[in-house]
Amino acid sequence: MPAVSKGDGMRGLAVFISDIRNCKSKEAEIKRINKELANIRSKFKGDKALDGYSKKKYVCKLLFIFLLGHDIDFGHMEAVNLLSSNKYTEKQIGYLFISVLVNSNSELIRLINNAIKNDLSSRNPTFMCLALHCIANVGSREMAEAFASEIPRILVAGDTMDSVKQSAALCLLRLYKTSPDLVLMGEWTSRVVHLLNDQHMGVVTAAISLITCLSQKNPDEFKTCVSLAVSRLSRIVSSASTDLQDYTYYFVPAPWLSCKLLRLLQCYPPPEDGAVKGRLVECLETILNKAQEPPKSKKVQHSNAKNAILFEAISLIIHYDSEPNLLVRACNQLGQFLQHRETNLRYLALESMCTLASSEFSHEAVKTHIETVINALKTERDVSVRQRAADLLYAMCDRSNAKQIVAEMLSYLETADYSIREEMVLKVAILAEKYAVDYSWYVDTILNLIRIAGDYVSEEVWYRVIQIVINRDDVQGYAAKTVFEALQAPACHENMVKVGGYILGEFGNLIAGDPRSSPLVQFNLLHSKFHLCSVPTRALLLSAYIKFINLFPETKATIQEVLRCDSQIRNSDVELQQRAVEYLKLSSIASTDVLATVLEEMPPFPERESSILAKLKKKKGPGAVSVPELDDKREGGELNGGGDRGPDTAAMSASNAVSRYVLVASSCLFMYIGFVCKNNGVLFENQLLQIGIKSEYRQNLGRMYLFYGNKTSVQFASFTTTVSCPGELQSHILSLNVQTKPVEPLVEGGAQIQQVLNIECLTDFSEAPLLNIKFRYGGALQNLSLKLPVTINKFFQPTEMTSHDFFQRWKQLSQPQQEAQKIFKANHGMDTEVLKAKLLGLGTALLDDVDPNPENYVCAGVIQTKGQQVGCLLRLEPNGQAQMYRLTLRCSKDSVSMRLCELLAQQF
Amino acid sequence: MIKAILIFNNHGKPRLSKFYEHYSEDTEQQIIRETFHLVSKRDENVCNFLEGGMLIGGSDYRLIYRHYATLYFVFCVDSSESELGILDLIQVFVETLDKCFENVCELDLIFHVDKVHNILAEMVMGGMVLETNMNEIITQVDSQNKMEKSEQSP
Repeated sequence: MPAVSKGDGMRGLAVFISDIRNCKSKEAEIKRINKELANIRSKFKGDKALDGYSKKKYVCKLLFIFLLGHDIDFGHMEAVNLLSSNKYTEKQIGYLFISVLVNSNSELIRLINNAIKNDLSSRNPTFMCLALHCIANVGSREMAEAFASEIPRILVAGDTMDSVKQSAALCLLRLYKTSPDLVLMGEWTSRVVHLLNDQHMGVVTAAISLITCLSQKNPDEFKTCVSLAVSRLSRIVSSASTDLQDYTYYFVPAPWLSCKLLRLLQCYPPPEDGAVKGRLVECLETILNKAQEPPKSKKVQHSNAKNAILFEAISLIIHYDSEPNLLVRACNQLGQFLQHRETNLRYLALESMCTLASSEFSHEAVKTHIETVINALKTERDVSVRQRAADLLYAMCDRSNAKQIVAEMLSYLETADYSIREEMVLKVAILAEKYAVDYSWYVDTILNLIRIAGDYVSEEVWYRVIQIVINRDDVQGYAAKTVFEALQAPACHENMVKVGGYILGEFGNLIAGDPRSSPLVQFNLLHSKFHLCSVPTRALLLSAYIKFINLFPETKATIQEVLRCDSQIRNSDVELQQRAVEYLKLSSIASTDVLATVLEEMPPFPERESSILAKLKKKKGPGAVSVPELDDKREGGELNGGGDRGPDTAAMSASNAVSRYVLVASSCLFMYIGFVCKNNGVLFENQLLQIGIKSEYRQNLGRMYLFYGNKTSVQFASFTTTVSCPGELQSHILSLNVQTKPVEPLVEGGAQIQQVLNIECLTDFSEAPLLNIKFRYGGALQNLSLKLPVTINKFFQPTEMTSHDFFQRWKQLSQPQQEAQKIFKANHGMDTEVLKAKLLGLGTALLDDVDPNPENYVCAGVIQTKGQQVGCLLRLEPNGQAQMYRLTLRCSKDSVSMRLCELLAQQF
Repeated sequence: MIKAILIFNNHGKPRLSKFYEHYSEDTEQQIIRETFHLVSKRDENVCNFLEGGMLIGGSDYRLIYRHYATLYFVFCVDSSESELGILDLIQVFVETLDKCFENVCELDLIFHVDKVHNILAEMVMGGMVLETNMNEIITQVDSQNKMEKSEQSP
């Protein structure tokens, strides 16, 4: 008998649906729906109490209307009322309505929670399941608060029915995902792990999702699941296809559960216990063997299920990365799939091989398939598969095959689907840079890239080629020659004009000896593109022109002519007009020396992470793009050989945590030092939090505004900050008095909150106050300690004085301990303006015409504390030749001289 | 995790939509349209997986679908699910519908939305798979129908 017999539905509903389906136009449909909505509304509002059947019918109609994409703004209350009915049908439809239409922010949650509470305690398994479903569907925080402690109890209680256990497991999982802080680990946790042994496979199926999620977050607590999972898997894999009866799917025993067990094992390193490991290896071998057996059925479902397990087994083998035998077998198996007639298998094989390519044991084996993969890129009909092929080529690329792969990718780009072009361009650019042995090949590749897919070449890509050309003088001449040739094409992409303009402007002189590319020829070539370009490119070209005037004085007249014409000097675009005017003036007023200085060749760019790699990471998420770095590592001898390379997850996360901590600490120190000469800026930033500072000081008082910005989309809970002054405990002498009010404990995702600190300087000090921040992000407690940039110089009052006064006071402060002196190497450039700005930022007065040597800087100021005033004189003597400074301080209080000297030595 | 389960016909008319993550009603409709657009333009006999549309979360999510006669069954899942496993799950879902409705067709889904939801709820809960055994699912649905019958007859 069919479970749902046709025709016993609700007649009114059927009629309504038929009406809708018969509507000839969208307008007619809307009209019919509005009529029905009005009808239902009046029924709900009417005096006559509706019976359960009618309520159910109307709620079903509303669901149907909702599915058609219409807003439903009523009926919620009626649905909630249905929840408390004793009839299954009514209760069930009420829950259905709520799970489809009520979101976690609804005001009705409290009422719903009440109904759920009753059903959970009803001991009626059907009602309990309905209630658990509802919690899992809505999953709001309020629900978590109400039920997070109740559900584990239901899950592990001995007398709970299997179906309820299943629902309870997934319900708990949902609550753990939405509000991890509310689901407390406890006595139930060990019993949950043992659900892997449950007799009922459905319970295991549901429980394993919960256990996998919990293990990912608390690997240590759930470690015991490894051996249980292995033995469960072993029992399934070795069973005959008839053993598991209902859980056998097209002759494959429990495929879904097998996949999930293999996934769970991927949360852990290989088992340490030899027996467990042996059993697992045996399982994996059996799975690989079964793949070679003739199929038990011709149905696609059979091979699907079998291969689902096979792919998960391969993922686990790759994850362990410690069994060379299995890795090579896995690679061969995938190699077979690469040419399989099932597109799905080709797709998955390409994808799995990507991860295999990064293992040292199988990298070479993967490389043997290069021709097949290239062929896939060229001939696959399905863009999804082609994309995977491109990913794999990227992953298997190393020094030995880079030229071939880059060439193939370039030729594929000519016909590639628009949807993947940008990513392909980035990948080609990265590979070309990474494996460039000679940079002329690199320049050729990138220019080809611009020629073939100019529209998809993002700024990062052409910035990068310029950075590299500028930093490597062995390629500059070749680059100039190549862009010059490329620009001769009748139609060339604007990005080519940009690169051409920039490179010829810098290095055009390197090819100017050849009469075919004489200065004027170069200029005319560039200028012939000018009128077809957008404003930013024209601006760039104008800069190239003024550089030309410097490189080739003979072009000056021609270029000045161009700059002087109305379309430049009176251009309606402000930027262009300004450049034209300024460059024209510069070229006519400045002497050749000045011009040569101003328009000097660009200095090399500081080496930093490749901008294109950063872009690809941003596009795909940081985990998704590891540049194939394999053979670099091998050259560096960094890879541990041997079989013990299984990543220990716990150890790895610990070392990650340590390195992250170090990063935080060092970057803070850097930021802190940066604040000595400035009052506003960003004090701290990581992935979660940004802290900005604004501060102002007057006499011995200061006020600091701290801005805490939540960079995530998730709320920070229990956000607290405390400020403490170090040393105050030991000495009982307070040097700084810092007062503040507590902040709001909740920081919403994306929000920023502000805190004001009032600071009073009582006496001079050397240790900065500490800011401690604690908050919860997800389940984890975050704890941060930062030095606040309150330094003694903040309380400076500048003092102007004459040369005579200065030296008189200088002599007065002649006791040896009043003077502090340091000689140190310049850490930054020795630019006069920068130095002056820093000294002014320090808070002192910068005195001109005091020191007989005009190269030196002298400053004077008074530090204001509550108890006393400390006069300070400063002298900074730069030695440009040696790139050194001598810094001398004389203050009326010796501790202040010392402290200022330490602080300032880090500034220059 | 399964983020959404969508069924629509060859013209893009939704026949079932079940989201396991909250979106506004408007976004849900847009996601359905976007997904239809992505899936329907694909040839037959290409692979059954593709990257998710922008609205559903882009390349971190996969659309895994099957096309049966007039209907598309689409599951949107994250990277923690096995692609082939989900294909099997779609098959189990369809076979279950087929058993429950006796040769299921589009009209059954239209006129019995609530039943389809109930059947799905026996398989997937909060985005995770609850049960894969078809007989078990049908037993549960059967017992619910019996309860329903007994309540209707006074």
